[in-house]
Amino acid sequence: MLKRRTLVAAAGAALGCLAAFPVAAQEVVKVGLILPMTGPFASTGRQVSAGAKTFIQTHGDTVAGKKIELIIRDDAGVADQTRRIAQELVVNDGAKVLAGFGLTPLAMSVAPVATQAKVPAIVMAAGTASITKASPFITRTSGTLPQYSLPVGTWAAQNGIKNVVTLVSDYGPGIDAEKWFTKEFKAKGGEVTEAVRVPLQNPDFAPFLQRVRDAKPDAVFVFLPSGVGSLFMKQFSERGLADAGIKLIATGDVTDDDILNSMGKPSIGTITGHFYATAHDSPENKAYVEAFKKANDNMRPNFMSVGGYDGMALIYAALEKTKGDASGPAFMEAVKGLSWTSPRGPVSIDPETRDIIQNIYMREVKEVNGELQNVEFQTFEALKDPEKAEAK
Amino acid sequence: MLTILFDGVAYGMLLFILACGLTVTLGLMNFINLAHGAFAMAGGYVTVIMMNRYGISFYWCLPAAFLVSALIGLVLERTLYQWLYQAPHLDQVLFSIGIVFMAIAATDYFMGGQQQLINLPPELSGRMDVFGVGVGRYRLFTIVVCALLAVALQFILSKTRFGSRLRAAVDDRRVAMGLGINVPLVFALTFAFGSGLAGLGGAMGAEILGLDPNFPLKFMIYFLIVVSVGGTSTVSGPFLAALLLGIADVAGKYYVPAIGPFVIYALMIVMLIVRPNGLFARGGR
Repeated sequence: MLKRRTLVAAAGAALGCLAAFPVAAQEVVKVGLILPMTGPFASTGRQVSAGAKTFIQTHGDTVAGKKIELIIRDDAGVADQTRRIAQELVVNDGAKVLAGFGLTPLAMSVAPVATQAKVPAIVMAAGTASITKASPFITRTSGTLPQYSLPVGTWAAQNGIKNVVTLVSDYGPGIDAEKWFTKEFKAKGGEVTEAVRVPLQNPDFAPFLQRVRDAKPDAVFVFLPSGVGSLFMKQFSERGLADAGIKLIATGDVTDDDILNSMGKPSIGTITGHFYATAHDSPENKAYVEAFKKANDNMRPNFMSVGGYDGMALIYAALEKTKGDASGPAFMEAVKGLSWTSPRGPVSIDPETRDIIQNIYMREVKEVNGELQNVEFQTFEALKDPEKAEAK
Repeated sequence: MLTILFDGVAYGMLLFILACGLTVTLGLMNFINLAHGAFAMAGGYVTVIMMNRYGISFYWCLPAAFLVSALIGLVLERTLYQWLYQAPHLDQVLFSIGIVFMAIAATDYFMGGQQQLINLPPELSGRMDVFGVGVGRYRLFTIVVCALLAVALQFILSKTRFGSRLRAAVDDRRVAMGLGINVPLVFALTFAFGSGLAGLGGAMGAEILGLDPNFPLKFMIYFLIVVSVGGTSTVSGPFLAALLLGIADVAGKYYVPAIGPFVIYALMIVMLIVRPNGLFARGGR
């Protein structure tokens, strides 16, 4: 009998402790960063997390009286893992904000969790336009494929390119890129003679490149995820497409700054459209690149790292606006219409779609001080995601 | 048309070099080694490190890739693999797939997860016209090297003393030992040689197939298709199978891009229905 009473008392004491715990935890806002840190997309995870950490390093870990705690989890690029980790972070770890998401399916899998738990989810890398439509608690600090494919179409039409073959990876972002480039290019009077889609797991580009070569277009428009993109670049020059007078125009994923330097001479002259280049000329970016390189063994920050950096910037700015209230609805209300100066230039969050509005730059690969860089030469200012703009 | 054929042959040859080591371990030593791709990856990374960090010529990297992979193969065979020769196939599969995952994690840790790129010497890059057919120089080089290797391999296995010892050791281990053949040594050398070939394949493939830590998993399926279609008892079987698959894959992707990726699988299914033991099965085993 006595034993039982002590047990009850002990349980009561434990309960009391539990009840007291959240009061102490109020001062900490946990941010659950879910990224592919291993597996084929590990470089995405590495860049994004390094970007996020750089922000905390340079801006301190407290905002509006709250301490920001970053919990980084690895989903290895598998969607059901992402979802499980998201649930765990929200339920067990008490994460107030979810962020990261290297690929579209991974971001999509978290949407129901964000909606049900009313937890904001900040997409720092994935680029398919429709992600932000999946939940009212999703916002984005990377960019969308339509957003930076469309200007490439505009540029191509204005610069004497008459007919184009498109070549994209056969999955969500690739199809987005193909659709919006084609749409814009056709509207401006160009002609797309052929649309080639390459399987995501593709060992050899030879047959596809030969197809492009035989179609003899003025240029080939390419979207491929960054690692594969570099391989493509080599085979492009190997096959003599450039000598055959075919220009290479692409989204910035292909000339990813992280590996651009190792692509060598063949990449010089490639024209790409994207939202960030390491070589972007602004004081904010200079400071960012310097801090990033110092903390990461001289690794070059690429566009994904900026997505991570700006994701943290967004969290800080929103918390400042809500005076530290990290609850979902208040946070999302604060996010809408936020604007700040990112290393990539001025950005803001569209209050209607919760997607990012930013400049898209046209760049050319050039050798600068012995290193290959994406050098910007034209700016399309404050572009919204065209897909959602059209839907209205 | 001929360019496509040429590309297909080059691709097939590369598959052959990558997979023929597997033929040796699987067919001759009766060991299911799914970690074969890991040796290929080792060869690829040896090349990348030697070329990019130390600026050593590509031609020296190829034999180095062979030797290093062979050495790794030899060490692993002596320390780990040899205990599993008599184990059931399922144990071998589990063991070798475990090695694959460890290799992936280790490579990712030491080298990073990004694609590794090498820059070929100028005489191997670009393309030239041969009788009006566009021919990639590097692909031509690949074809020549792989063809020489295939011939040499066939010769070693069928004509040399080592080849006959190996075949004897495989056919009846006990009798072979009774005749004074040092079976463990023969197996160790064979395994090392197979691993070395994979390493060479990885080094040569880095330019065409790419190289990242997931290489062993990405190409495991291709190796297995080559070996299963080609049969495991000869060298010529997998050789023809690899050529066939390479050409079918490239041509399928060129002419019918919409269903291109399925072509080789369809081909594999047909081949396995028609000749379940492989193209040139000896039958019976």
